[in-house]
Amino acid sequence: MVDITLGRLLAFCKNDCSHRRKNAGEAEVWMPETVRLTVNGVQHQVACDPDTPLLYVLRNDLGLTAAKFGCGLGLCGACNVLVDGRPVHSCDTPVWSVVDNDIRTLEGLGDSDNPHPLQRSFIREQALQCGYCIPGMIVTAAALLETTRVVDDAAVRKALNGNLCRCGAHNRIVRAVVAASSEPTRTTSSS
Amino acid sequence: MTHPSPSLAANPDNSQWLELCADGTVLVRTGKAELGQGVLTALAQIVADELDVDLHRITVQPVRTGVSPDEGFTAGSLSVQHSGSALREVSARVRAGILAAAAAELGCASEELAVDDGSIRAPDGACTSYWALAGSAVGGVPEAAPKPPKEYRLVGRSAPRLDIAGKVMGTRRYVHDLRFPGQLFGRVLRPPSRGAHLVEMADEQVRGLPGVVAVVHDGDFAAVVAEREDIAVRALRALEAACRWEEQDTLPDEHAVTDFLREAPSRVVTLYDGASTPREGATRISAQFSRPFLAHASIAPSCAVAVWEDGRLRVWSHTQGVYNLRAELARWLALDPDNVEVEHVEGAGCYGHNGADDVAGDAALLAMAVPGRHIQVVWSRQDELGWSPFGPAMAVQVDVDLDAAGAIRHWRQEVWSNGHSSRPSSPGHPPLLGGLAQGLAPVASSDPPPESGAGAGRNGLPGYDLPGVTVVVNQLTHMPLRTSALRALGAHLNVYAIESVMDELALLAGSDPIEFRLSLLGDPRARAVLERVAEASDWTRETHGPDIGRGVGYARYKNVGGYCAVVAEVEATTSVQVTRLTIAADVGLVINPDGVRNQIEGGALQSLSWTTKERVRFDSRSVTSTTWETYPIVTFADVPPVHMELMHRPDLPALGAGEASIGPTAAAIGNAVRAAIGIGVRTLPLSAENVIAAL
Repeated sequence: MVDITLGRLLAFCKNDCSHRRKNAGEAEVWMPETVRLTVNGVQHQVACDPDTPLLYVLRNDLGLTAAKFGCGLGLCGACNVLVDGRPVHSCDTPVWSVVDNDIRTLEGLGDSDNPHPLQRSFIREQALQCGYCIPGMIVTAAALLETTRVVDDAAVRKALNGNLCRCGAHNRIVRAVVAASSEPTRTTSSS
Repeated sequence: MTHPSPSLAANPDNSQWLELCADGTVLVRTGKAELGQGVLTALAQIVADELDVDLHRITVQPVRTGVSPDEGFTAGSLSVQHSGSALREVSARVRAGILAAAAAELGCASEELAVDDGSIRAPDGACTSYWALAGSAVGGVPEAAPKPPKEYRLVGRSAPRLDIAGKVMGTRRYVHDLRFPGQLFGRVLRPPSRGAHLVEMADEQVRGLPGVVAVVHDGDFAAVVAEREDIAVRALRALEAACRWEEQDTLPDEHAVTDFLREAPSRVVTLYDGASTPREGATRISAQFSRPFLAHASIAPSCAVAVWEDGRLRVWSHTQGVYNLRAELARWLALDPDNVEVEHVEGAGCYGHNGADDVAGDAALLAMAVPGRHIQVVWSRQDELGWSPFGPAMAVQVDVDLDAAGAIRHWRQEVWSNGHSSRPSSPGHPPLLGGLAQGLAPVASSDPPPESGAGAGRNGLPGYDLPGVTVVVNQLTHMPLRTSALRALGAHLNVYAIESVMDELALLAGSDPIEFRLSLLGDPRARAVLERVAEASDWTRETHGPDIGRGVGYARYKNVGGYCAVVAEVEATTSVQVTRLTIAADVGLVINPDGVRNQIEGGALQSLSWTTKERVRFDSRSVTSTTWETYPIVTFADVPPVHMELMHRPDLPALGAGEASIGPTAAAIGNAVRAAIGIGVRTLPLSAENVIAAL
């Protein structure tokens, strides 16, 4: 379940800036600019080419390595982060398209001192094997829980169907999300 | 775990395995790697149990050459048997040594001491601890015997895995997450096709791009090194545009892989040659099965970090065998092995010999070209699906002779396949992908020996009481696509074939498939898993509607490992949808029941994916299934509920769990499809195309 929000579509349209139009020979040239981003509620300034995929900026410039590179084509969900509350493939989202948005990564959902209900639930259910897909699973599930009060098995499978798991932990993951959704203490705000 | 561990024989000193630390912790060294299977937690439970300390005191050190015991590869569902039994033995010795030292200090007999979480108390109340005596008992008591299973406290309990909380919080832990000061990012340009050779590389412009540190070129090996990862990716695209290749057709016809397998040059190996019985008057049942090449398809592309500094090469890798990789790197790069260090860092799930070793070779080449800087290489998804070693395509021919009464007289199983191992240090030293690009001659993959469970012939021997069995393997000596070990090796198709024929024989005999199998099984543990799965699945031959079927599959992995029986329910219309799996497994002593359940269910779902969906696609030159769109795997929508029954065998040796469910799940799905549509599909995957072709 990955949506291109209206806001992002507008950003794409608005950002038809001439500086995005590189000549063919310059297509691979790195042209740094100062890019301002809001990630997990913190404003950052990064010197990078605005065409850089958000994933690389998160992992390499901001040190937020929870989101993972899986395919680079938006087909596996390992790189999912929340943009204005919706799951987005950060591997094929150019950083310029999200400068006005609220970006949230797994690190922003919770940590060991203050875990998100989904994180508690994934631990309780031991809902993974290798865990590489899990940051993408949790942020995608978090978006589902933001909009849906109590979710059932079918809703979770539908929401996570674009997130691939190769170890076969699917049923545990579904159980973890369903259990988290019925936790009385779960907050409606992910902060 | 009563068998002597080969790992302990090879690494006999206690200090190679275990260190009691003055700070109240226990440092455990193992030669086995965490591959996502939870082995480090299971090993920690074993040590904590034997030492009588809490689990939280145990730190298991990631395997590293020169530090960890050399236990070869983490493969074959052997880690608990080999490393676990070694660690239990060592822990018992160390515990006895500590208690002897404590007894001397406290002035009583060892047997009188009580141990609680490392605190040692004498009958008179005098105390000491493991930590106080840490330095005094390194040698231990060699003859000390481990505890009997009835005294296990932690073993047999579902301790939460040590790695899961960190993974759920997103803390930095994968090799992909490593960041060293001054680290550079490398990307390797793979050829456009298998037989392509680089004829021209106009890389001046690439070298001049801002942020590009180096372009490395050696034969057909071409790569970029850059200050930033995004620059490396861009520079690789520029390099690709700057290269001209000469290409040629090298691959067989994907639509006639079975013909290719049966006609290609091969070495014939007879694995079993059972008593030949007279065949006059016999009825012969023959069937031929096949599977395509399969990809590992981990969610992460392969990755490694390397640095070359002062004549020493250091590598961080998700390899299954740090010592084997070190040996291969040293051999290939003409280095003294003492000057090469390989440390395991987790990657994504590992299901066999994937691209981990190859990418480590890539990183090593780049590190030696740009000394003094850590270089991380991450493969692209396309290279991961296109250039990692594949699980070999296979063909299996089964010929069963029945006597006049319909009883099986002779079973002949013949297998055609490329070898199932081209791991570093395999026979003939298969080069890493970087070495092949430099021009080293390819070495056809080979099979593990029968005593290690064989390769293409794995589980080729039906696990039933049969009067005569012959198993022959045709191991191809020509290898157009690089193949190596993929979970369960040949057991996937061999069990599929055997169990399909068993169902056909049951039908012929008018018997219930489970009763028919039981009539050929004397081993009570085999019978028990079949009886349990029948009960748990509410087994009946009746189906519940059109296009709906149930099927059973059974095997004992490698014929000596874990027992597993599976019942699958499917709905077969335009596609095969598996609607439920019921599994019964007996893996002997279970260290961590939840971990075993996770592994067995994971194996079953991976097998479901291979069996119903997966097929490496290629044309005459290139692998074309290089994205998730062209190499689809199961998604949440495809995954059925799984019910599992785990047999309780605390007094029997651990048998390994990771691969036991692969063959039986495939077979159960195939037999369920037969029940649903009335005909067996013998060509995998069970795609709409293959189902329609069978009809």
